[in-house]
Amino acid sequence: MKEKTFLQNHLLGIEHLSVSDIGTILETAEAFIEISTREVKKVPALKGKTVVNLFFENSTRTRSSFEIAAKRLSADLINFNSSVSSLKKGETLKDTVLTLEAMNPHIIVIRHSASGSPHYLTTFARSSIINAGDGFHEHPTQALLDALTIQQRLKTLRKLKIAIVGDILHSRVARSNIILHQKLGNEIALIGPPSLVPREFEKMGAQVYSDIRRGVKGADVVMMLRVQEERGAKNYFPSIREYRNLFAINRDIFSLAKKTAILMHPGPINRDVEIETSMADSPQSAILEQVTNGIAVRMAVLYLLKGDIHETLN
Amino acid sequence: MEEKIKAKIMDEKKMKRTFLRLAMEILEHNREADKLVLIGIQTKGVTVARRIQQLIKELEGIDLPLGVLDITLFRDDLHRHEKQPAVKKTQIDFSIEDRDIVLIDDVVFTGRTIRAAMDSIFELGRPASVQLAAFIDRGHREMPICPDFKGKDLPTSRRERVKVMLKETDGQDQVLIMEPTRF
Repeated sequence: MKEKTFLQNHLLGIEHLSVSDIGTILETAEAFIEISTREVKKVPALKGKTVVNLFFENSTRTRSSFEIAAKRLSADLINFNSSVSSLKKGETLKDTVLTLEAMNPHIIVIRHSASGSPHYLTTFARSSIINAGDGFHEHPTQALLDALTIQQRLKTLRKLKIAIVGDILHSRVARSNIILHQKLGNEIALIGPPSLVPREFEKMGAQVYSDIRRGVKGADVVMMLRVQEERGAKNYFPSIREYRNLFAINRDIFSLAKKTAILMHPGPINRDVEIETSMADSPQSAILEQVTNGIAVRMAVLYLLKGDIHETLN
Repeated sequence: MEEKIKAKIMDEKKMKRTFLRLAMEILEHNREADKLVLIGIQTKGVTVARRIQQLIKELEGIDLPLGVLDITLFRDDLHRHEKQPAVKKTQIDFSIEDRDIVLIDDVVFTGRTIRAAMDSIFELGRPASVQLAAFIDRGHREMPICPDFKGKDLPTSRRERVKVMLKETDGQDQVLIMEPTRF
């Protein structure tokens, strides 16, 4: 039997993955789902491997998700917390990573506010690098776990209309999802105020709407993005109340999507800002499945990368 | 690696008899069939296990639970591979606590797969006993493992490969010995 091959050394973005790579990651993730339902949620696949969580931005869910994923594969994991680290003492990113690498980790999971920082790491690091979110650029594992959730619910990843609502401009989740669904040939509708969804996105092959009703119509998947107040989202529209009136998802608007449509959100959700509370808890909502699938997808990525380049360079 | 058929060892008729005998032996050896469960090792072992399950049903009217086990994550050579072997699904929808397990694979060779399977099973619970059924035993064991039930002893050289073909996956029932065309 022909074994599927996955020959990437790093996971920097969906951009660098082929459709077959995406398929391999999702198939592997599907096999990993079962492990998390066992009483003993651990397999020895990455025994003796070390994973470093290098997070320069606040994150609880993505960081814990990677942590649980690594531990269920028996890898050792250390969390490197930027707020207490030497970066505060003036060390550069390169020196921080070189110092960490002197401890021989196999995989470094990095989140950084500067777009492209994971790519920069690959120019000198010996470990496999996983991008857990870089600036406004990409957040590949989120797009992959979204894809796994869609596949589970809708039994397909093809011929779909994906509507993404909110701050597309500053969203790495949106960008990774756009690239992924572009590769799969799906229709993409981007919805939000023109200040947050500029027409430039049409160049990525998406349709841009400022009317949520028109954008959501006939969609198979409606992805809501969080209003990121901490990133100054409020500077892009007059008020939260106006945003809610125009772009929040409620039953009425969701009913314009396909009957089988599902509602997604990368979290954390702002109830009654971008998502009406009853919609968040509705059977159409796949939000908690996204979290569960996040662990399986991250296990798959850790397993498939495994940090082999480290060994080959030594 | 290119390979060619060296010999055809079994045809459909012979395999049918062997399957029947394996099913009978498993039943004969396990008087308390209510504690008995079958676990097939991905991928060919699963098809072999389904055949045995079906035969036992026909013979005695007993519907044995059947689980599917993927041992990839328990392999002892994971760190040696240049690329990671594909992980397949494990699906065991019943408790294995205090059950008599018959592990089933198509071919037993070095014994390393069975070692991995046992490690994997003991993560899932504590069975009363674990037995091993293999359709072909081709020798060259590297572990202290011996099948309780075997379809056929088939002495081979290490460079050969035993190919158990089954209708469900290969369109026909036969057992072949393959050898590489080049050295």
